[in-house]
Amino acid sequence: MRKIIIFSSIFFCMLFITIFASGQDLLIKNGTILTVTNGTIQKGDILIVGGIIKKIGKDIEAPEGMKIIDASGKYVIPGIIDSHTHIALSAGNESSEAITPEVRVRDVLNAEDPSIYTALTGGVTMVHTMHGSGNPIGGQNIVLKMKWGRPAEEIIVNEAYRTLKFALGENPKRSNFFTPVVRYPQSRMGVNAIIRREFMKAKNYMEQWERYEKAKNSKKSSILLIPPRKDLRMEALADMFRGKMIARCHAYRADEILEFIKLSKELGFKVVCFEHASEAFKIAKELEEEEIGISVFLDNWAYKVEAYDGIAYNAGYCTKKGVLVSLNSDSSERIRRLFNDAAKAMKYGGLSEEAALKLITINPALQLGTEKIAGSLEVGKHGDIAIFNEHPLSAYTRCDVTIIEGEIYFDRAQYLKEREEMEKKKAEEEKKKRGGKK
Amino acid sequence: MKKKVIIFTALLILISLFVFSQEKSPKFTAIKGATIIPVVGEDIPEGIILIKDNMIEAVGKDITIPSEAKIIDAQGLFVYPGMIDALCYIGLAEIGSLRSTVDYRETGRINPQLRTVEALRPDSVHIPIARANGITAALVAPSGSLITGQSGLIKLFGWTPDEMVIKSPVAMHIEFPRIPRRRREREARPLEDSSKQIEELKKILNDVRYYGKGKQAAQKRLLLSHPDFDESLESLLPVVKSELPVMISVHADKDIKAAIKFVKEEKLKAIFFGVEQAWRVAEDLGKAGIPVIFGPLYDMPQKWEDGYDGIFRNPVVLHKAGVKFAFSSRSSTLAKDLPYHASKAAAFGLDRKEALKAVTIYPAEIFGVDKIMGSLERGKVANIVLADGDILEQRTNIKRVFIDGKEMDLSNKYTELLEKFKKRN
Repeated sequence: MRKIIIFSSIFFCMLFITIFASGQDLLIKNGTILTVTNGTIQKGDILIVGGIIKKIGKDIEAPEGMKIIDASGKYVIPGIIDSHTHIALSAGNESSEAITPEVRVRDVLNAEDPSIYTALTGGVTMVHTMHGSGNPIGGQNIVLKMKWGRPAEEIIVNEAYRTLKFALGENPKRSNFFTPVVRYPQSRMGVNAIIRREFMKAKNYMEQWERYEKAKNSKKSSILLIPPRKDLRMEALADMFRGKMIARCHAYRADEILEFIKLSKELGFKVVCFEHASEAFKIAKELEEEEIGISVFLDNWAYKVEAYDGIAYNAGYCTKKGVLVSLNSDSSERIRRLFNDAAKAMKYGGLSEEAALKLITINPALQLGTEKIAGSLEVGKHGDIAIFNEHPLSAYTRCDVTIIEGEIYFDRAQYLKEREEMEKKKAEEEKKKRGGKK
Repeated sequence: MKKKVIIFTALLILISLFVFSQEKSPKFTAIKGATIIPVVGEDIPEGIILIKDNMIEAVGKDITIPSEAKIIDAQGLFVYPGMIDALCYIGLAEIGSLRSTVDYRETGRINPQLRTVEALRPDSVHIPIARANGITAALVAPSGSLITGQSGLIKLFGWTPDEMVIKSPVAMHIEFPRIPRRRREREARPLEDSSKQIEELKKILNDVRYYGKGKQAAQKRLLLSHPDFDESLESLLPVVKSELPVMISVHADKDIKAAIKFVKEEKLKAIFFGVEQAWRVAEDLGKAGIPVIFGPLYDMPQKWEDGYDGIFRNPVVLHKAGVKFAFSSRSSTLAKDLPYHASKAAAFGLDRKEALKAVTIYPAEIFGVDKIMGSLERGKVANIVLADGDILEQRTNIKRVFIDGKEMDLSNKYTELLEKFKKRN
């Protein structure tokens, strides 16, 4: 018995260590803190212990030996969250078939993708990295933290929702590129029909398993009873029915969004967010009633026909109508200027600074189911923080420090110092070379 | 009968004279009370801008406003000159994926005969959107491979292409190879430098000079045969005469150096475009006195080694080296974002006043139109923007825009669609 206690206590200690090992201690002092959910604190401090925010306020004393960042004159905001990207992956579309819910980005994570670093330079600490939009049902996405330099298994956010990527319109229809093989579907009718077909199959698959389980457990059970064949594709869709996974659906046009909402109700799965949703402003009413969010570009538009009504007022207008809106990058370049896009929501749509900032912090956190650990500066949440030299919604702003769980992953001052040293070294080496020649 | 005709025509002449003289009396507009940022010279708090017809009549504090002038109270606002996009595809491309709406790119390698202004669509939805963000003029340029055609400077207002064109051609456009951005692309083909292109261009320019001489000689002596008409050589004649500058789209440091040497040897007037790695050869550029136009700063560095901020600090380094530059959107759908490329550079160290100049007076100077536009000064065309804040800030609202002294309607596809669907409850 004693042995068991010792072992179990060791086990729990180990568990404790593995859970909190990545977290660091850090005190950020004298910054203008934009908490997002609880207003602004002038000249405020944030204490992070073991990667978790322990205190937010004024004149917090640093325990001895604690690392301190002086944020005087700077702006401290929660780490930016990108609700829709394709970074840190070595593949995105399994385009040999139209329906591939069994494939997972988890299996092709690339923690060495420089886009992770790029994200950090723009204050981004968390992303939802997704399958492409080539298939009506593309596969299972994942939420990551931008822990540059860490192995893939350490950057996954397990607290987040499990999401399945759907896609409607021009991309699954393959309207804008040539493919060697013509694949069903080629129309919006086909896209909906094929999604319906697969979910009907999954329903049938679940029934077969239920019948089998029932028969197996009944008194009349026979050894001749054969279990149905395990099918990973059907299992993934079954998880949608079971509520273990939710839909994120790429769609531009208002009509196809409405049709997909209908389809999800008909079949019985949950959709939490539409991607791009250029025409969401046309159906803000329905989205608000159904409590379905959108993850959009602020103003990237007209690159194809279904994006031709993608007006810059979309995000601001829908926000004011009560829709949960996040701004996404969908790009390894735009990811480092999401705060610039948020500022545009003030011009186009008249959002307040706070509402604009929510578009890239707490709103995407809510869409990803990570609002308990990220998206705002609150005690108990992870110490994921970005520090800007000017107000993050100013055009003249720049991200100076990005912190994840109390650990500094990007520091511009350090970066400049290292660059200067490297340039000096290089110049000296060249001098030596030239000297040698003489 | 004859008498009647004479009286009638006399009356007609009189009436038309009357109408004509009525029209000729100048129209004055005075913008009062705002902070004026003339770009050239100091800011004027609570100043006055007097517009006479299409021109700026006066800028300052103590200006007598004619009694008949229309007064615009601009208290609390900021007055800027209209911005100039130094390279874009506005009016030449509507929807990126739809080839039928894209007209800035031609097939083939040698296309000096192409003129972008001949494909301009005044009714493009992107024009009113850019205009509503304070951009009043733009260089519409071609794209493609090697010699891509002639750009033109347009104002962002007009019912026909001719009404929009300020100056055409502005430059002959040449494109050098880009640095392959993606790793797979880099591995697939070896890094190309511009030496092949330069060799080819030198041959062409040689032919142009020979063609020009042949033409000249034939004009002098009737017995000499005139060279056969060649549209490429014909179009390039103003280039070898240094009447028309070349705008070379060049990216890598080595290529920029080679391009400097090339334009020197060929005695060409030149502007460089893109120049993502120019900070590596800033001194050479400064010495050569070649102005540059940056591509959008919403872009990634060419190489990982350039550092994450390579593109952002490029303008800072070039400014120190004394290079004249302007910003561009290189876009049609997002031409409205021009000011934010300038402020992005300012975020990484470029002086804010320089950033503003690089979207107003500098492009005007580079294109040789600074006598008529680019700043708020007496004698310039009245291209004026009224804003409620810094024009380079995303948060700022543009309140009023004047082009050629005419107040613009700021509604556009964004606002029209929004208003339409606001009606739905």
